[in-house]
Amino acid sequence: MAVIFLGPAALYALVFLILPYANLLAYSFWKVENYAVVRDFNLGNFQRAITGSSYLPVLGNSLLVAVIVTAISAVLGYALAFYVAFFTGRARHTLFFLMVIPLWTSFLLRAFIWRLILGREGIINSGLSWLGVTDEPISVLLFNRFSVCIALVYVFVPFVAIPVYAALEKIPREAIEASMDLGATAATTFRRVILPLSIPGIVAGGIVTFCLSFGDFVAPALLGGPSGLMISSVIITQFGSAFDWPFGSALAVIVIVIIGTAVILARRLERRHG
Amino acid sequence: MDESFVRWSRGTKRIATTLGIGVFFFLYAPLLVLIVFSFSGARTLSLPIESWTLDWYRELAADEDLKRAALNSLKVAAAVVPLTLLLGVPAGYALGRFAFRGSQVVEHLLTLPLMIPGIVTGLSILLLLKAFGLPLSLWAVVLGHAVAWLPVVIGQVMARLSRLDPLMEEASLDLGAGYLETFLRVVLPNLSAAVIGGGLLVFTLSFDEVAITFLLTGSENTLPMQIWAMLRQGVTPEICAVATLTILASAALIALSVRLGRR
Repeated sequence: MAVIFLGPAALYALVFLILPYANLLAYSFWKVENYAVVRDFNLGNFQRAITGSSYLPVLGNSLLVAVIVTAISAVLGYALAFYVAFFTGRARHTLFFLMVIPLWTSFLLRAFIWRLILGREGIINSGLSWLGVTDEPISVLLFNRFSVCIALVYVFVPFVAIPVYAALEKIPREAIEASMDLGATAATTFRRVILPLSIPGIVAGGIVTFCLSFGDFVAPALLGGPSGLMISSVIITQFGSAFDWPFGSALAVIVIVIIGTAVILARRLERRHG
Repeated sequence: MDESFVRWSRGTKRIATTLGIGVFFFLYAPLLVLIVFSFSGARTLSLPIESWTLDWYRELAADEDLKRAALNSLKVAAAVVPLTLLLGVPAGYALGRFAFRGSQVVEHLLTLPLMIPGIVTGLSILLLLKAFGLPLSLWAVVLGHAVAWLPVVIGQVMARLSRLDPLMEEASLDLGAGYLETFLRVVLPNLSAAVIGGGLLVFTLSFDEVAITFLLTGSENTLPMQIWAMLRQGVTPEICAVATLTILASAALIALSVRLGRR
């Protein structure tokens, strides 16, 4: 019976999901000669990705950005969810609504806002000089790793806050009450009762944040300078001007492997503490 | 849930409130900046704002490329939503209600596009289309979006099903209704919140999507692609006006989904 209900979606996923990913994997073992793809099995693309001087640093930078963004988004998202879940009383539903709205507004525009804020003639610089604090615009704010990270954190805080909020809401209030009645301080109650029970929410939000910020190309393209270059821009170049589809596919496969590893590690962490 | 049961100390409350409001400020101050600057009379977006105008909105209304792009985005979303619902709602039902060998594997496979960056998903579909000699077009974008957002619908349906009593379905089957009739007349009416919520979410996601669209669209632009092109030309107050309108539209859509969900 399940076949009738699941069949269409499974078939669709087979043709437009599994087949394309498999095809991508096949491409990553091929090569380009004289602007034509040669279907010759070889590991040259992966070798080049590892030995080439520019690819590992870019992968490292993407990884670093993803880790920083995930860590900061997790802390800020948690703080937000914690506040809304426990300290807002009747306003809780309205504030939850406010937590969700940013998630529904354009990713592109939310990344772009930071160019407006951090730019040479942006809000911060023009504001500071208007107030007479600075004479020269501060140029270190934009087109580097910092600006990419701040924009991505901005985008991903709600991605953590929402699953954490869902987890916090499920914690029986009696459990917290009991812990406090038995003499535990708020800090101990948080560490021993609330935090362990909200780990599934942190992991769920953290995984999405890590995966999507690692492979993002909007923020680096709008806000990253040379030091903010990330792997997705390099992959796109291989399919555009560089015209090396097999090498681009190999880089994409490496991205999938890194993300897969991260997801498995996170799930294991969750199981150990959950 | 009633937080008055929990006696947080005044210090804890103060710290949590300061942090929470701080994060809200971080989330909303930039949006406010966009909205305010969409009414600024100057071409450069700097402080102080010296004059106010509605010119940028007038310019938007006259921008034919932008309107065409918005229409394309609507078309794509209008195709993606029914496609994901038709495929995703029954699939979510099957995965949520029937235990069969490999159901976990299928579920994980279907959710892959939520983890894998859009750029990689878009590329792999691009390569497949090229392999079959199919052209890039808005239809290709629809295919890509449907793959990417199918798991959103499945997730919403499964979450709702887990809170639904399976005894109702068993009763229907015991009373002689077939599986299909049970699904259509017992399950589906109870899933309306998930269907509406999932549909609206897919609509917004599809309307905003950049990475997959960037790779799969042919000569036609969608709204985010048009905004992308505008952004690359430089920062103009016109973009702030577009942003203000999209923020308003999103808020209206969420309000709608909350209202429909409560019913």
